[in-house]
Amino acid sequence: MSAPKTIYDKIWDTHLAHEAEDGTCLLYIDRHLVHEVTSPQAFEGLRMAGRKVHAPEKTIAVPDHNVPTTLDRVNGIDNEESRIQVEALDKNAKDFGIHYYPVSDVRQGIVHIVGPEQGWTLPGMTVVCGDSHTATHGAFGSLAHGIGTSEVEHVLATQTLIQKKSKNMKVEITGALRPGVTAKDITMTVIGKTGTAGGTGYVIEYCGQAIEALSMEGRMTVCNMAIEGGARAGLIAPDQKTFDYVKGRPHAPSGADWDKAMAYWATLFTDDDAHFDKVLTIKGEDIAPSVTWGTSPEDVLPIDAVVPAPEDFEGGKVAAVKRALDYMGLKAGMKLTDVKVDTVFIGSCTNGRIEDLRAAAAVLKGRKIKDGMRAMVVPGSGLVRAQAEEEGLADIFKDAGFEWRMAGCSMCLAMNPDQLAPGERCAATSNRNFEGRQGRGGRTHLLSPEMAAAAAITGHLTDIRTFEGTA
Amino acid sequence: MEKFDNVSGVAAPMPLINIDTDMIIPKQFLKTIKRSGLGVNLFDEMRYDDNGDEVADFVLNQPAYRNAQIIVAGDNFGCGSSREHAPWALKDFGISVVISTSFADIFYNNCFKNGILPVVLPKEAVDALMEDAGKGENARIAIDLENQTVSATDGTEFAFEVDAFKKHCLLNGLDDIGLTMQKVDAIATFEKTYSETMPWV
Repeated sequence: MSAPKTIYDKIWDTHLAHEAEDGTCLLYIDRHLVHEVTSPQAFEGLRMAGRKVHAPEKTIAVPDHNVPTTLDRVNGIDNEESRIQVEALDKNAKDFGIHYYPVSDVRQGIVHIVGPEQGWTLPGMTVVCGDSHTATHGAFGSLAHGIGTSEVEHVLATQTLIQKKSKNMKVEITGALRPGVTAKDITMTVIGKTGTAGGTGYVIEYCGQAIEALSMEGRMTVCNMAIEGGARAGLIAPDQKTFDYVKGRPHAPSGADWDKAMAYWATLFTDDDAHFDKVLTIKGEDIAPSVTWGTSPEDVLPIDAVVPAPEDFEGGKVAAVKRALDYMGLKAGMKLTDVKVDTVFIGSCTNGRIEDLRAAAAVLKGRKIKDGMRAMVVPGSGLVRAQAEEEGLADIFKDAGFEWRMAGCSMCLAMNPDQLAPGERCAATSNRNFEGRQGRGGRTHLLSPEMAAAAAITGHLTDIRTFEGTA
Repeated sequence: MEKFDNVSGVAAPMPLINIDTDMIIPKQFLKTIKRSGLGVNLFDEMRYDDNGDEVADFVLNQPAYRNAQIIVAGDNFGCGSSREHAPWALKDFGISVVISTSFADIFYNNCFKNGILPVVLPKEAVDALMEDAGKGENARIAIDLENQTVSATDGTEFAFEVDAFKKHCLLNGLDDIGLTMQKVDAIATFEKTYSETMPWV
C-alpha cells in the first residue's frame, strides 16, 4: 500500500514527466490557455529562438482583457495599443496553429469561462495560463494555476513547467449556508480568515458539505479567488455534478474515451488519512453575506458590520489600514450599509457565469436602479450572453437600467475603456479591490452578484437578507 | 538572461505590506508587446500625481533613492496578478534585489526568470534592514548570492535560503527553456505512455 494521498498529490504524480536529482521537477501540462496581455513576449521569444509550439492541440487562445464590451466593437478597437495586442494574438494563434476564439466568435469570452464552457477543462488535468485567476479551473478537480510570461514561453516550447511541489491545505466548509449567502461569500470569508498570504506555498482543497452543495458555477467562484489567499491553486474533488457539467461539451471525451476518463476521474479523491500541512474549518452557518471595505481582498467583513479602525489591527496592517481608509474615503465606525456607491459592475471570471446573472436578475426583476447609478453587466462569454438573452435575463437587466454588454474582462481590471474615475465608488462582483484596480483613484467594494444588484437599486451597500424582506 | 552579480548599494525602504503587482505596474502599461521600457512607470500611481508630476515624498523620487538597486519591503510583496511586467518594470528601473519577509508565489518565480533575486528573511532581519535603508545614501546593503548572505551597513550578516536550482540559473544567467529542451527525450517518453493511458487529453 502506498501512502494515502490528496487529490493534489495524485495529479502531481500522474503529471511528473521528469525529476532531477536536486528535486527539480518537470510537470506535464494538459491545457495551456492563452490571452493577449501576457503572451506576446512569449511568442516573440519562440520566434527569436526558432522554436515551435510543442503541443498546439493543447493550447487555446482567446482575447479578453483588452477587448471593448460595447456593441460597436465589431468596428474594431479604438485604442491603438489594445488593438495591436489583440492583433498580435490573432497572428500568433494563426502562425503557431493553436485553437483560437477571436473577438468576432460567439464563443469568445473570459479565458477562464471559455475553457470550462468548451470542455477544455477536465477533471484531473494540469491547466495553466498567464493569469493568476487560472485557479478557477480547480473547480473541476484539476490542478490549475497562473504563470508568468517566461513560463508561458516555457510551456509553449516544452509543454512542461519547472516546479517544486507545494504543500497541502484543507479548507472545509461544514454544514449548510444560510439564505442570502453565496459561493462568493464563502471564498471572501476564507480570505478574511487566512489573509492574502495565508495560502502562500499551498494548494488548497476545498471540501465539506457546503462546498459539495454548490453548483459548478459556485465552485468556480470559490476556486477563482484561491489566489487572493496566496495559494498556488485551489481545487475541489470532482463528483456527479462535475461529470454532468462536462459531458457533451465540444472538447469533452465521448464514447470509449469517456468511459476511460471516468475510470480515471473516479480516482480523484483525497484518501482517508491523507496528510494536510494546514487545515481551516469554517461552519457554513457562520458565513454572512460579505463585502470588502479596504484595498486588499483580506479586508472583508459581514455586510452588517462597521468599518474598522487602524488600531483594531497589529503590526504592518495598522499603517496599511490607515492608508486604505484614506484611499477608500471611509471613516472607522461607519456602517457598511451606509456606504453609498456610484457604480455597479456585474461580471468577471469570478461572477460572470449564467448562474451569477440569474441570481442578480432575480433581485432586479421588476425593479429600477437608483437615479444616477451607473450599472453594467458584462457576461463572461458570448455564450453566457446568448443564454441570458434566451432566458429573458437581458431584458430584466435592461429594464432595470443596466447596460447590457459584450463579453470580456472589462471593469474587473479596466484595461479596456470600462474604468472608474478618481473617487468613483463601485460595488463589483470581481476579485480585486487593490488601489487603482478599476481605474486610477477608483474605489472598489467586492461582493456577490445578489448584493451588487441590491446596491444598484438602493444606491448603497445593502444587506441582501433584509433587502429581500422589505422588497 | 544576464548573470546575477553581487549587489552593494542603496536600498529603498517600502514598509507597506501587501504591495501588489497592480501597484508595481498598473494595468494601463500592460498593453505593450515588449519586455523593456517599463521602468519609468514602476509604481506609477504612487510615484506620479494626477498631472503626471512626481510625488516628492514617494521613496524612489527622493534624491537618495533615485538609483536604488534594492528594495526592502513589507510582508507579502508582489501579491495579486501574475503579470511578469512587474519584475520587468523593477529590472528596467534598476532593481536587482527585493528583500521581504514573504513574497507572493507567482511574483517570486517571475523574479528569477528576469535576473532579480527576491530574498526572504525573518521579520527582525527585515526590520533591521528597513531601518538601515531609511538612512539613504549613508547606508549600503550588500547581497552575496553565492554565499547567500545580506549585509547591513554595520556589517551585520543575515543568511537567507534559496532553491539550489534557481540560484544556479541566476548565477549563471541560464535560460530555463534551453535546460528543459535537453530533457526532450524524457518528455517524449512520458508523452508516449501518457497518451496511451489518457487518450482523451
